[in-house]
Amino acid sequence: MSAVIESHDDHHHGPAKGLTRWLFTTNHKDIGTLYLWFSFAMFLIGGAMALVIRAELFQPGMQIVEPEFYNQMLTLHGLIMVFGAVMPAFVGLANWLVPMMVGAPDMALPRMNNLSFWILPFAFLMMLSSLFMEGGAPNFGWTFYAPLSTTYAPPSVTFFIFSVHILGASSIMGAINVIVTIMNMRAPGMTLMKMPLFVWSWLITAYLLIAVMPVLAGAVTMMLMDIHFGTSFFNAAGGGDPVLFQHIFWFFGHPEVYIMILPAFGIVSHIISTFSRKELFGYSSMVWAMVSIAILSFVVWAHHMFTVGMPLAAELFFMWATMLIAVPTGVKVFNWVATMFRGSITYETPMLFAIAFVVLFTIGGFSGLMLAITPADFQYHDTYFVVAHFHYVLVPGAIFSIMAAVYYWLPKWCGNMYDERLGRLHFWLSFIGVNVTFFPQHFIGLAGMPRRIPDYALQFADWNMVSTVGAFLFGASQILFLFIVVRTVMGGKKATPEVWEGAQGLEWTVDSPPPYHTFSTPPEVK
Amino acid sequence: MNEGGKKTIKMLSLAVLGMFFFSFALVPLYDVFCEVTGLNGKIDLSPSRIVESDISEGRDITVQFVSHNNEQMPWDFGPSDEVINITTGKYYTATYYVKNTTSKAMVAQAIPSVAPSNAAAHLKKLECFCFEQQILKPGEEALLPVRLIFDNELPDNINNIVLSYTIFDVTEDNLDELASYMHEHGEDHHSMGS
Repeated sequence: MSAVIESHDDHHHGPAKGLTRWLFTTNHKDIGTLYLWFSFAMFLIGGAMALVIRAELFQPGMQIVEPEFYNQMLTLHGLIMVFGAVMPAFVGLANWLVPMMVGAPDMALPRMNNLSFWILPFAFLMMLSSLFMEGGAPNFGWTFYAPLSTTYAPPSVTFFIFSVHILGASSIMGAINVIVTIMNMRAPGMTLMKMPLFVWSWLITAYLLIAVMPVLAGAVTMMLMDIHFGTSFFNAAGGGDPVLFQHIFWFFGHPEVYIMILPAFGIVSHIISTFSRKELFGYSSMVWAMVSIAILSFVVWAHHMFTVGMPLAAELFFMWATMLIAVPTGVKVFNWVATMFRGSITYETPMLFAIAFVVLFTIGGFSGLMLAITPADFQYHDTYFVVAHFHYVLVPGAIFSIMAAVYYWLPKWCGNMYDERLGRLHFWLSFIGVNVTFFPQHFIGLAGMPRRIPDYALQFADWNMVSTVGAFLFGASQILFLFIVVRTVMGGKKATPEVWEGAQGLEWTVDSPPPYHTFSTPPEVK
Repeated sequence: MNEGGKKTIKMLSLAVLGMFFFSFALVPLYDVFCEVTGLNGKIDLSPSRIVESDISEGRDITVQFVSHNNEQMPWDFGPSDEVINITTGKYYTATYYVKNTTSKAMVAQAIPSVAPSNAAAHLKKLECFCFEQQILKPGEEALLPVRLIFDNELPDNINNIVLSYTIFDVTEDNLDELASYMHEHGEDHHSMGS
């Protein structure tokens, strides 16, 4: 391989022209861009499905869709947002940023990088195509509990299973790539404890992916065998156990929810430090907090299933283990606030999103603590309170952090500044929209409105109406986001290499936009 | 790619494979865990050889029998006695009545469950219809016995135990067994329907 490098023409060359640039690219920046655009497209599709759900819930009674279609919408909305929007967006950010942050010329495995992106569109094409099949799309919720997803599933469930296999393979390849890049391609002098926090957060996330995506693959494989090959993993009549499915699913599922938030922790740490013009408070405690959150995520899964019937000892164990996670999370929130304390703060769009992240993610964390209390969970279980909880940690949590990252690094990526006034407008519309949508869901949840049901009792009508108005506001403001990003990519005020006063890290030492190949000779890190 | 990188890739690929197989290993692990701890109301599905102990050391408990028909399982199925008062450490026989109400021969499997779940470890069955599948011809009825004992170590706070059986239609998965059964019992093959 070294002979190839020596004979290779050494001067920098730009990207290939036309469509093949994107099809055959092995460049981490191109692949990062592909991931980000793909996830945005999925975000809009999944968002449109959410609006179908909210439109149906605008008033009690059935108005717009059939209950069967409603179930398909809510299943696909969950699957697409989790596996199509949030996860690929973080992988896209990792592709763009990890090599530039550790001073590497590219990802360690560029061709596998290309493969792991290009199988994704096929996975989702397959999943979405089930909408047009006989029996309709998957309708059993994104958690696909057996036997709802085996004995009672529509025939299209097989397509769903294979698309989960494919997107799981994509995630695993992405995770291997990130780990090998970080472990082997850091610039000289960059020790692990000198790595930028986004790189740390992704290193931990990648290990979580390696550990649990194969378990998800195993779960859907067992479903496949139950459906087509007569096995009885989850079939009680044949000696299997449906509760086993829930254990396997949540053994994957709980680390999965941290896969969707750890990179956000990294992003927010960078942004808060930059716009407070202070070094991040408690760097090493941030690292150890993320490591402990990741480890704890493996021993809390059964808090999703308190109501299946568990012995008291197990309920107590899972309750306390879950509450323990509040400690490292609290350390992180404390450190972010301490970083801002007495800082010279300015409120550019990324900082607005980051501060909103800290406040609203903490609200989501608190409702999570309420849900962790086993006796209380028996009332909250499967109500809109749960819906409010996980949307607070995922929308103003994960998704706000992705938006913050895009505003923060977009000038670096394309060399143009975005329109600050429009950016702030987008922030405020999103902020108001998200809270108007999800805060009332706490109330109707506590009052007993069940989730995943297309109709509801009359006393929930007012807050559902408010929630739907908020959802359409939030949805519409993302069109503004699209407009802002496209306009920035097309042109605008030129960005300096530093972009932001006080930004720290190797990515700010290269031009904006960066040359197609960066750090062909590794920088020296002191 | 340097040596370190190759080694990392190898380790990670092994980890991926390992976790995939671990997900399948969870299945027996789960069963073993439930069996050892008696959680989940799962009952040992093999005949026990426990001997009766001194009744004078036993105490009186109530056992309720309930039945469920899974999905569209059309058979009539229910306990002969809904409640029995028994003493721990002594064998009792209870029966369930079952009738195939359809016009075709069918195969059924009953799956037991015990509540509260920590009583499951103390329930032993010498004989139970749930140990095997039931084949009934059209209109045939039967009394299915379960011979059970609760040992004296049953926790003191448990005085009332619910023993539940869910009956499943497993005809589709057992057409061969059904055919040979019908053959032995001198029935015409085509009468079984589908």
